[in-house]
Amino acid sequence: MELVVSLAIGMLAGSGVWLLLRPRTFQVTIGLALLSYAVNLFIFSTGGLRTGADAILKRGEAGTLAQYTDPVPQALVLTAIVIGFATTALLLVVLLAARGLTGTDHVDGRERER
Amino acid sequence: MSGWADHLIAAPIVVPMLAGAAMTLMGDRRRGPAVGLGLASTTLLLALSAALLAAADAPEVRIYRLGDWPASFGIVLALDRLSAMMVALASVVGFAAFVFSLARWHRAGAHFHPLFQFQLMGLNGAFLTGDLFNLFVFFEVMLAASYGMALHGSGIARVRAGLHYLIINLVASLLFLIGVSVVYGIAGTLNMADLAARMRDVAADDRALLEAGLAVLGIAFLVKAAIWPLGFWLPGTYAAASAPAAAILSILSKVGIYAVLRVWLLLFGEGSGASAGFGGTWLTLGGLLTVAFGSVAVLASQNLARLAGGSVLVSSGTLLAVIGLGQAAVTGGALFYLAGSVLAIGAFFLLVELVERGRDIGADVLAVTREAFGTGVDEEDGEPGERDAVGVPIPATVATLGVSFLACALLLAGLPPLSGFLAKFAMLAPLLTDGGGAPPAMAWVVTAALILSGLATVVAMLRAGMDAFWTSPAGTPQRVSVLEFLPVALLLALCAALTVGAGPALDYATAAAQALHAPADYLRAVLPAAGGGG
Repeated sequence: MELVVSLAIGMLAGSGVWLLLRPRTFQVTIGLALLSYAVNLFIFSTGGLRTGADAILKRGEAGTLAQYTDPVPQALVLTAIVIGFATTALLLVVLLAARGLTGTDHVDGRERER
Repeated sequence: MSGWADHLIAAPIVVPMLAGAAMTLMGDRRRGPAVGLGLASTTLLLALSAALLAAADAPEVRIYRLGDWPASFGIVLALDRLSAMMVALASVVGFAAFVFSLARWHRAGAHFHPLFQFQLMGLNGAFLTGDLFNLFVFFEVMLAASYGMALHGSGIARVRAGLHYLIINLVASLLFLIGVSVVYGIAGTLNMADLAARMRDVAADDRALLEAGLAVLGIAFLVKAAIWPLGFWLPGTYAAASAPAAAILSILSKVGIYAVLRVWLLLFGEGSGASAGFGGTWLTLGGLLTVAFGSVAVLASQNLARLAGGSVLVSSGTLLAVIGLGQAAVTGGALFYLAGSVLAIGAFFLLVELVERGRDIGADVLAVTREAFGTGVDEEDGEPGERDAVGVPIPATVATLGVSFLACALLLAGLPPLSGFLAKFAMLAPLLTDGGGAPPAMAWVVTAALILSGLATVVAMLRAGMDAFWTSPAGTPQRVSVLEFLPVALLLALCAALTVGAGPALDYATAAAQALHAPADYLRAVLPAAGGGG
């Protein structure tokens, strides 16, 4: 389980970084989205991973951190998701404005001379 | 938690939030009510920050518990001298930029007024919060508003620079989140005071990971503070932004400095066991490189707005280099410098727009090129005496702007008699007296860097000033309304007040620095049960 999650995070982050370094604004946006997925999963996993557990505590059981994962990272990741979503939407608007004004989708607003 | 005075701490966040929300509902059709509301909000913020500044000048740290939950469970706002000072600076620069924008800039694009209020809300929140995750949230509020502000007025240059600014800050925010979650995973808390109290007891195996998490967090702060090599976005973005937006953005880069000051000194102070002083040398080295890069940027800039951007870099670098030395007396001087430089750079960004208004686009570039290559029409114009009659009066506008420009130059370069000189002196004097803990070589290098960066600023400002004010005015005379000049005058008058009242101001800054370096009071206030980090 840990291996699968960490591999998933690593692949998302790696692809995200690669796309982030590409010259087209759309690639950069997708790269940022992938990176933010990786980061969100990472935050989520800091609360601990647990499989096959009851969703709610069993009757007569005292709740301790040993029985369920830490809820705080899940609260944090919700905030991070909302903020990431909003800023990505904002980025898309700026991207479209840049495309309209400069006439190219290169991140520098002009094509590189070859 | 009783009485109105306690709730004052939350007011700098609540007031702009409510004002901004109301403005969003009102929409952009009628600007009258929005202007009135904005003016009321910024004026109220000025009054509030003055009250907080007075309240904070005491040994005890004031705490505001949201929902009255105790610190490690709930969220706290903390008011000490440093945060009160930063809130006051944000309010003053915010007020000045707002009044400035009323002359024309607020009509240049949509949603200026609500964005401005949310910007102030984010700034004040970042300065007041006592919790790392809330710091992230307020960073995001502040950044989201600043994206809109940087793009205000639109145009190709702004959109292009704004896109870079947005992407870089989004990546920095992701780093911030990684740092926060590593810290939470190891230490199990995000409350800064709680974290500081737990620093000493972190297991030896986990310590490296915790330090790595905090270093990632630090990188997110340093991107904001534009340390070399993370600060290449700054001059372009700030130069492209409209004048009031640039003035507000200039305090945004100080939020990074504030976060470094707060978190680094709290977590890696003397009480943190094996991690004490972690990364200080890196801060100093990064700061020195930033000063060097900023000085070159200032010298190389061909227009005034980029010059202002370069001086933001110099100021950031100076602060980081000096803070990294980790001595309370030097940090005190740095805080005094911080106050002066925020006001001076804010005034300079506003002034740049007024000066450039009457000039042709590209006049700066031409002036610099003429200097370098000696090609131009001036020399072929015959005797200078024939053309320039003696006794031509300087227009009053130009004279006023010129005097303001001179004041800005003196402040930024750190020349006497204004507060820039006193601030540099206050930083350097404890460095050079013996008994300081810093390695002497480093102290000398920092001293040299500060003085040389001052020289670079003088050279650049002199050249820019001569081009702007002493060459013959081409074309139409500039028109500057009183409403636009008043904010500049206000900021410069405050710098002058800092000079005259340097004694009390420096005492305040020193007390703030000592509290930062020995945070027992802070810990005790936030965590009363734990007895101040036992």
